[in-house]
Amino acid sequence: MDAVFDNMDLFWSGFLRSLGICLWGMVGSLVLGTFIAACRVSPIPSLRWFGTSWVTLIRNCPLTVVLFFMAFGLPEIGINQSYYVFGVAALVIYTSAFVCEAIRSGINSVSAGQAEAARSIGLTFGQSLSQVVMPQAFRSIVPPLGSVIIAMFKNSAVVGAFGVGRDLWSVYKNLTSAQGYDGLPVITGVAVGYLCITLPAAAILAYTERKVAIAR
Amino acid sequence: MSNVLYDEPGPKARRRAAIGTVVAAAILLGFTGVAVWRLADRGQFDAELWSPLINPSDENFVLVWRLLAQGLQATLTAAVLAISLSLVIGTLLGVSRLMLGKVGRIPVVAVIELFRGLPVIISIFYVYILVRSTGIDISFLPGSDGLWFLVIGLTFYNSVIIAEIVRAGVNSLPRGQSEAALAIGMTRWKSMKNVELPQAFRTMLPALISQLVVVLKDTSLVAVLGLYTELLRRGNLISLNLDNPIQVLFVVGLIFILINYGLSKLAEFVERRLSTRGQSSTVLVKTGDAVA
Repeated sequence: MDAVFDNMDLFWSGFLRSLGICLWGMVGSLVLGTFIAACRVSPIPSLRWFGTSWVTLIRNCPLTVVLFFMAFGLPEIGINQSYYVFGVAALVIYTSAFVCEAIRSGINSVSAGQAEAARSIGLTFGQSLSQVVMPQAFRSIVPPLGSVIIAMFKNSAVVGAFGVGRDLWSVYKNLTSAQGYDGLPVITGVAVGYLCITLPAAAILAYTERKVAIAR
Repeated sequence: MSNVLYDEPGPKARRRAAIGTVVAAAILLGFTGVAVWRLADRGQFDAELWSPLINPSDENFVLVWRLLAQGLQATLTAAVLAISLSLVIGTLLGVSRLMLGKVGRIPVVAVIELFRGLPVIISIFYVYILVRSTGIDISFLPGSDGLWFLVIGLTFYNSVIIAEIVRAGVNSLPRGQSEAALAIGMTRWKSMKNVELPQAFRTMLPALISQLVVVLKDTSLVAVLGLYTELLRRGNLISLNLDNPIQVLFVVGLIFILINYGLSKLAEFVERRLSTRGQSSTVLVKTGDAVA
């Protein structure tokens, strides 16, 4: 285990970098996923088609394929960025499809009568949305959305292995191939690093779920 | 169509929606158009890049597709092995979590939580490092070592997911089921085996099929590590020779999408067939989905 304890600073900076990938991925996929969900429930048919095909195509395609496709494809259409940007972007695009479905199914779980009742007592569209529909939808969105985000934290390891640099995976590569440490303790350290991100996230999710749970 | 967000559109709203459709379609097509034009500018639509994949008279066509088929077969082998192993181990884990007492189940819960939090790609790589540095001999297993790094790694993760699906499935049964079984003199184990599990598996079936989609996608993680030649890795190797990564990735992605779309539809179909009773299975499928 010396390999881990002697290089704690390296692990710490790798951990922070991986955490950064997770946070950028979370913000990005929430924004993009909400936008795609809005497309899928919008009254404009072409936006609905766009949303549906986005979700169908991306949900059934492995993250790795999305990742490779972007890394090879985007430079060809004139978008040149570092692997870090491509990696986070692929993570955001992949996760947005799942975020979209979590939000959409949450909205659909609210019965239409709720909105109708709100409108009939004279609330405007905005009021009925923000005070009647969304608060109810939010409660059923939290559990699946939380799982999606935690799944994304785990998928950030794929982006790391793809070679974004200075994250937990590159700590592994640095210590084993450049400094000749034995692989087993180093990969154990890397695994613990990822667990330090996912387990607290799962605990926060479980707590939030209990808070917003609907009493049945 | 009843929708919570807006009412049935009248003539004015329909006209607005029609205008919106045209505008949105124009913007989307505009983006696509620019991308296609730029790709064409770089010669990505040249016949020589595509013909090994789509032109049967090309000299490489048969070879490329034979290699892709081998890759697909390798992907499916790994996925089926992983899901079968996970099903056995996951059921054991799930049942022991349900049947052991509050104290007895602590180690089981610990294992489940640990492997649930570990990224799949790490567990695959961990198996590889563990085998290599401890010198455990896995050559007695049929197939290549790479296959088993992948299968064991996937099994670690998915058996834990299946354990949770089993637990949710058994918990969703009405309590009367086990009470009745115990009342007619069955032991708790017999009630689990003969009464509760068969019913739980029925509600679990759609979730299990959705989980197969997740496993199929996850097999491609090993391509990043290069330990086993499945479909994506095979595609990358082909494109190294033909120098057409975009085209090969397009085909590989399409194969994945078609298979997984088919499996998702199958899961939906099975779910509809089985959903004579309550909505428990719907909830389960969503959990399975979300773990992707």
